[in-house]
Amino acid sequence: MMKKHYLLLIFILGLSQNIFAQIDTTLFRRKPISDSAKMNIDAVYSRPFLQVGRTPLGVGGYAELNTNYGITDGVGEGFSFQMRRMTLFLGGSLHQKIKFMSELEFEDGTKEINIEFAALDFQFNNLFNFRGGIIVNPIGAFNQNHDGPKWEFSDRPISATQMLPATFSNVGMGFYGKKYSKTWVFAYEAYLTNGFDETIIDNESSRTSLSAAKANRNRFEESSNGKALFTGKIAIKNRKIGELGLSYMGGIYNKFQDDGFILAPKRSLNVFSIDFNTTIKKTKTSIITEWAWVNVDLPSNYAVQYGSKQMGGFLDIIQPVYKKPIAGFPNSTFNIACRIERVDWNIGKFIETGDKIYDEVFSIMPAISWRPIPSTVVRFNYRIQKQWDLLGNPPSKTGVFHFGVSSYF
Amino acid sequence: MSFKIAKQNKMKAKYTLLSIAFSLFIATACEKLLPVSPEDSEVLDGTIKDLTTSETAQFLRGDVAFAKVFTANTGLGPLFVSNSCISCHAGDGKGHPSTSLVRFGQNDETGNKFLMLGGPQLQHRAITGFNPENIPSGASHSTFIAPSNTGLGFLEAVSDADILALADPDDKDNDGVSGVPNWIDLPSFLTPKSNAITKNGKYIGRFGRKAGAYNLFNQTVNAYNQDMGIISTYSPNDTYSQEALDPEVNNTEIADVVHYLQTLKAPIQRSVESVEVKAGKELFIKNQCAACHTPSMKTATSPIQGLNNKIFAAYTDLLMHDMGKDLDDNYTEGSAKTFEWRTTPLWGLGLAKDSQGGKVHLMHDGRAKNIEEAILLHGGEAQKSRQKYAALSSKEKQELITFLESL
Ligand code: HEC
Ligand code: HEC
Repeated sequence: MMKKHYLLLIFILGLSQNIFAQIDTTLFRRKPISDSAKMNIDAVYSRPFLQVGRTPLGVGGYAELNTNYGITDGVGEGFSFQMRRMTLFLGGSLHQKIKFMSELEFEDGTKEINIEFAALDFQFNNLFNFRGGIIVNPIGAFNQNHDGPKWEFSDRPISATQMLPATFSNVGMGFYGKKYSKTWVFAYEAYLTNGFDETIIDNESSRTSLSAAKANRNRFEESSNGKALFTGKIAIKNRKIGELGLSYMGGIYNKFQDDGFILAPKRSLNVFSIDFNTTIKKTKTSIITEWAWVNVDLPSNYAVQYGSKQMGGFLDIIQPVYKKPIAGFPNSTFNIACRIERVDWNIGKFIETGDKIYDEVFSIMPAISWRPIPSTVVRFNYRIQKQWDLLGNPPSKTGVFHFGVSSYF
Repeated sequence: MSFKIAKQNKMKAKYTLLSIAFSLFIATACEKLLPVSPEDSEVLDGTIKDLTTSETAQFLRGDVAFAKVFTANTGLGPLFVSNSCISCHAGDGKGHPSTSLVRFGQNDETGNKFLMLGGPQLQHRAITGFNPENIPSGASHSTFIAPSNTGLGFLEAVSDADILALADPDDKDNDGVSGVPNWIDLPSFLTPKSNAITKNGKYIGRFGRKAGAYNLFNQTVNAYNQDMGIISTYSPNDTYSQEALDPEVNNTEIADVVHYLQTLKAPIQRSVESVEVKAGKELFIKNQCAACHTPSMKTATSPIQGLNNKIFAAYTDLLMHDMGKDLDDNYTEGSAKTFEWRTTPLWGLGLAKDSQGGKVHLMHDGRAKNIEEAILLHGGEAQKSRQKYAALSSKEKQELITFLESL
């Protein structure tokens, strides 16, 4: 416990001192991006910040809290409160073209403390910027744009957390940029980072799980196998139609050599993701969707529980229904929303029977949310979910109610 | 932060409205929308009756251990067949062909000739960096699909004397059905029951397709070692290196799993009162099925109240029977013959498809794809019984199968 608190202290002190020491305080001014040009890639900076005095230091964060009441096949754990996470942002400009941004996350109280993001950006021009440090690999839009208050649901999408690794941060570096025209905006990101390890095909969830690699803290220190992981995303936005993103992440994940000795053939993993979001002008309906495919080379004759192919995604539909000023909240909005999601963790057939391998989940989650201000959401979700085991036996059925708040501060 | 916001504004009315709406929604939704428990008779998990709170607590610990997934880091392998008990025994029911296991190397009572070559069990999977086993040339083998794990505490609590009373090695009653126990050597880590009956220093095996395991403790220790490559102090030799290694599962955890198996409830028969089921049961007895699939047995005294002097209907005699040439895989365990198999308990048969992925895979290797196929594979001592079945009218066949599905 103590160690964790020290970490935070050092983090804040260290950071602020550096910045106080070096900075011309007039520099900390952000150019707001117009809404129609805003894309998922901008999520890192498009967050509410409080400026610390007249310094170029921005402080912010968000917290998420909810109640949980769920039942699976008639059996439940009862009612509980969950403090999902609190995230602190700390950012600043060292120079007009050099920025620092960091994100420190506390999950479930202080059960887990992670530096989710801590990177230095050299902004040469719109199209060409360098970023180095601990970055979140931008596979899928959710990974890029995951702050709780932006979503109408207390739970993160299953595909983004249990299939793709949610907020999978790694040490690395790369480039990003944007190009604008009157109707189009184009953006890209491309990074090389440390990456995965063999726990993705050998873990306690007994299925191929990219998120299992998140448990490996050493990835901030060294690559598990001396090979870099590539993550790239391109996105294109038509200011009238919406934003479409394509991302890819791939590399060798296993330890194939040690001290110059070859241990195993190189095994690679490839992840593709496509995402789309738009708001229909006429009805103000927002649609956010993402679908991803995972492909992992497995040793031959590997345990059937671990699939070499997975896919999954989600579709969020959000409909503002009552947008009128309410007692002191001029921008208050009530929404109804629904998330539909599906993940298939093991695409394939059993060799022994030729039958389909299951290990799937399907979930529908209607929601009501209230945003007194855009950066705060009070949300009520009801999830009904069916989950099939590997063999496709009768699914377990889960119903969960969440009532929660998520807010930037 | 949200508290601040709440303070800042005076829109209590709206909050109230909202919360009323929510409560109404929850109140009506909760009951209707939350999934209910399936009927006890529709699922295999659950405990036997009359457990004390400490027995229930141990059952729950065993349940967790039974579901525990092992990884290379926590001791899996290096050679293994699967990575958790539950992966092969889904829902505590019958297993799926994808997690069947293969045994090899023994074809008579003189023992396994391939112990130094990886016998008796094939570990056809390995953690990364290791090569899985192959069946050595010259070794005959048999494939075993996992039997269900329910009601085993009852079977374990039957006295040796009761099992022997059902045996009829010389077919004195002339019904064509004999039935013998599998006399096995006791592994050194086991202590036999106080009233155990022995023959030439051998004991009655009861678990496994060949009744090669003495009790649930024996079966569990073997499963950790042979199925998952998990070493215990009872069975310390690693299947890969053949060397004694440090335990990867502790003895308490094993005791919890054994207790879990002992106290898993017996499958509950459905549609007991249906006319068809009743007619089917009569045909079951008339067709001599009951000569092996004994409809009723009783437990001896047991320290677990729910297993103490209880009558139960497992439809097995725990004996080995000659099942004919087609089911002879030329592999055996203990003193059993290669064509002999332990009578499979028929309780839970109707729920088999709910643990086998929507289809059934019956008989020791899962080769029968429905109940009728299973019956028609019966040979040897069961030849007459099978012929009687084949001679039934299709209505009668249906009644018999409906009865079996109610189990
Ligand atoms: C690789 C799949 C697999 C794993 C893993 C596995 N089992 Fe089994 N189990 C089987 C098979 C196949 C049989 C039949 C074996 C035989 O006939 O000898 C069996 C038999 C049994 C039996 C005897 C049932 C009977 O009716 O005689 C019990 C009890 C049992 N297993 C418990 C366990 C426990 C406890 C574990 C975990 C420690 C476990 N199994 C792990 C496949 C597995
Ligand atoms: C001589 C003893 C004997 C008789 C008589 C007998 N069975 Fe069996 N039965 C067995 C044995 C032994 C097995 C296991 C064979 C195997 O696993 O290959 C078995 C397996 C089965 C199975 C498959 C169970 C499973 O889970 O795989 C069914 C169903 C079955 N018997 C039904 C019947 C019916 C119905 C009859 C009467 C028509 C009958 N048996 C008569 C001994 C007998």
